[in-house]
Amino acid sequence: MSTHNTMIAALLGLSWLASAEAASTLVFCSEASPAGFDIAQYTSGTDNDASEPIYNRLAEFEKGGTLAVPALAERWEVSDDGLAWTFYLRPGVKFHSNTQFKPSRDFNADDVVFTFTRMLDPQHPFRRAYPSEFPFFTSMGLDRNIEQVSKTGPMTVVFRLKHVDAAFIQNLAMNFAAILSAEYAAQLLAQGKPSDINHQPIGTGPFRFARYQKDAQIRYRAHPNYWAPERVKLDQLVFAINTDASVRMQKLRRNECQVTLNPRPADLPALEQAPGIKVLQQAGYNLGYVAYNTERAPFDQLPVRQALDMAIDKPRILKAVYHGSGQLAVNAMPPTQWSYDTTLVDAPYDPEKAKQLLRQAGVQEGTEVTLWAMPVQRPYNPNARLMAEMLQADWAKVGIKANIVSYEWGEYLKRTQNGEHDIALLGWTGDNGDPDNWLATLYSCASIGSNNAARWCDSTYDRLVTEAKHSTDRATRTTLYQQAQQRLKQQVPITPIAHSTVNQPVSIQVEGFVVSPLGRNSFTDVQWVD
Amino acid sequence: MLSFIARRVGLLIPTFFGITLLTFALIRLIPGDPVEVMMGERRVDPEMHAQAMERLGLNKPLYAQYFDYIGQLAHGNLGESLRTRTSVWSEFLNLFPATLELSIAALLFAGVLGLLAGVIAALKRGSLFDHGVMGISLAGYSMPIFWWGLILIMFFSVSLGWTPVSGRIDLLYDIEPRTGFMLIDTLYSDDPGAWLDALKHLILPAIVLGTIPLAVIARMTRSSMLEVLREDYIRTARAKGLSPVRVVFVHGLRNALIPVLTVFGLQVGTLLAGAVLTETIFSWPGIGKWLIEAIGARDYPVVQNGILLIACLVILVNFVVDILYGLANPRIRHQR
Repeated sequence: MSTHNTMIAALLGLSWLASAEAASTLVFCSEASPAGFDIAQYTSGTDNDASEPIYNRLAEFEKGGTLAVPALAERWEVSDDGLAWTFYLRPGVKFHSNTQFKPSRDFNADDVVFTFTRMLDPQHPFRRAYPSEFPFFTSMGLDRNIEQVSKTGPMTVVFRLKHVDAAFIQNLAMNFAAILSAEYAAQLLAQGKPSDINHQPIGTGPFRFARYQKDAQIRYRAHPNYWAPERVKLDQLVFAINTDASVRMQKLRRNECQVTLNPRPADLPALEQAPGIKVLQQAGYNLGYVAYNTERAPFDQLPVRQALDMAIDKPRILKAVYHGSGQLAVNAMPPTQWSYDTTLVDAPYDPEKAKQLLRQAGVQEGTEVTLWAMPVQRPYNPNARLMAEMLQADWAKVGIKANIVSYEWGEYLKRTQNGEHDIALLGWTGDNGDPDNWLATLYSCASIGSNNAARWCDSTYDRLVTEAKHSTDRATRTTLYQQAQQRLKQQVPITPIAHSTVNQPVSIQVEGFVVSPLGRNSFTDVQWVD
Repeated sequence: MLSFIARRVGLLIPTFFGITLLTFALIRLIPGDPVEVMMGERRVDPEMHAQAMERLGLNKPLYAQYFDYIGQLAHGNLGESLRTRTSVWSEFLNLFPATLELSIAALLFAGVLGLLAGVIAALKRGSLFDHGVMGISLAGYSMPIFWWGLILIMFFSVSLGWTPVSGRIDLLYDIEPRTGFMLIDTLYSDDPGAWLDALKHLILPAIVLGTIPLAVIARMTRSSMLEVLREDYIRTARAKGLSPVRVVFVHGLRNALIPVLTVFGLQVGTLLAGAVLTETIFSWPGIGKWLIEAIGARDYPVVQNGILLIACLVILVNFVVDILYGLANPRIRHQR
């Protein structure tokens, strides 16, 4: 509670109330208004953050990590052929209640079946009444791979897959797989109000939804019957919505909020010095990179890509673009990702050798290429325009004239997916903690026309990542992914530039808040301390 | 008079259609569609994309989409936000009171201070005060709102700690929205500190939004007052021995106010445009922020109908002003 309000409360003889509130209410300065709370329909970080307190999933990412651990499923088993996943559900889990819904039973297999069949079956009665798309479910290929979800007992559910998917459990830990109440959905359907599933959400999570005022606030109250009661240490959680980063930081300084996100790199030194604030850091689970369009000459030649790669002065870019708040990228995925190959190294910065390679490849001095710079600031690249200008200067030294091109963001993505660029700046933030989400999603043959901006199709590489996806043994997968990283490093379809560090300023009175590499803001285990 | 009103109404119809066509076309000129924007770097599954476009009615030819839109409007249906899937009308109703509350506060601030400063500057023409007011109002008029807002936050909120940084009320007050006007809703609250807190939150945004209208009103009042003070009837009033206060405020200001009121009317448009930026700086949950976000998300129904509603409001205010002029001045009424 801010100082002035505490004073007002004290003056009114309500100081006991003020301190009671202060001890149990935490304000999180979030960055935008969520579109809704039926999270399977949405993809943005803002929507994920807003739904995070309300729901649980069968498996969830460990706090501060990327490994999926049991949540609403106490445990699971995989059949020998890797195609049947059996989940044993946690007993005694209660759903929230609100003014229009009082659950008559605990969470069971029906809720899991409802949650997933709604996404799988376009003819599902609820989906017919409330037509929706489920972009992440589709994007992760689950609509094509899950053959059936069936209840084999009141607390047992089996997922049958068409193909082995080693990342399956990681996918189920993502926000879109939040478990909904089948009983609530049936009630909404009967009342002809299915859209309330998006606006009056019911889940099993640590906080229940209380009220949402667009562009102002979201209020949650602690779930009194949460299945892990020791993990809910706040009575009330409030999201204060502030789109402007400077304003969020000012609010934090005044203790009008206690946790915030995405400070501007330029604000960091002052925040680190500010009394009452600590800046939590985590190596970013992201990558900003330069993609060479390998379908176009001269980038179809390996020596040309190698030359451009070794002509880039990466430390200088890291300093200017990331304000030092990042680490140099060597591999095609971040070091926090399991199976990261630590043995790989960058080619040394060597403009002279680069010139020589270009000459040998027949590239004339003064050759013009287009270098596409993203028009937006992203976590993996805070200033693409500046990065492009620095690359332009680096390549000018080796005789390549890069013309910087930019488009509106949607158009930029569409055109790079169509391969209209020579060289493009892009990046990625991991979704599910699995290497497949990097190595197959961004660089496989199947991803040409979508996320593979280098349009690189290498049969050796593709075989490795496909084999890795179809194995459920982590050691085998690690070996295969490391070989894939080595192959990619040799072939240089991209130049990895940097992994930006995630900075999250919080009040020193807040304890238990952990920065997630996946960008999730979770308030379980979070509490106030004096 | 009736034919005058009929002529004015007749002009409203093409204006209305012009706005629908303009907003419909402009938002579609921006590249990217709502589904692509939502997915960002993620792969847009072509099947899912087609399915979503069909559900949203965006797979039809543009002219068909426009006729659908006009058909919906004819039925009084403003459609549903593509993003939040709630009705545009209900979103507007939820957010507009915040903008209105802020605009009224800004207009009050600008009106009271502007009139006072303008009158005093006119009376003390050529003095230091006059030059000061004119200089400050010119600076106020040229001030970039975003920069001005941040400067005030830094000074009053952060350095002095007098006012809150943003929002409409401290979030520890859980105020049930009844009217949407925070200063009214807090009166229903059991906590007597809530109203005061809401007022404190209103001060800086109202100053920022009211700065440009304040400058315009002060300059307009000054020049209008200077003109009026030269009139014969003022000289007569003075000669009759009336008190200076009565001469200035009853005989002078009353007549000087006519052009100032015109400016007041015109400021409605300025206020709504300024609200977009002010609401962004102060996280004020009004229609300005709503429209900005909708443009970013290519939320066509919100952009089209949100702008249409605001335009209708501006048209309505100007229509009322036109009618009032007609009533007040027969020469305008009889013009063809």
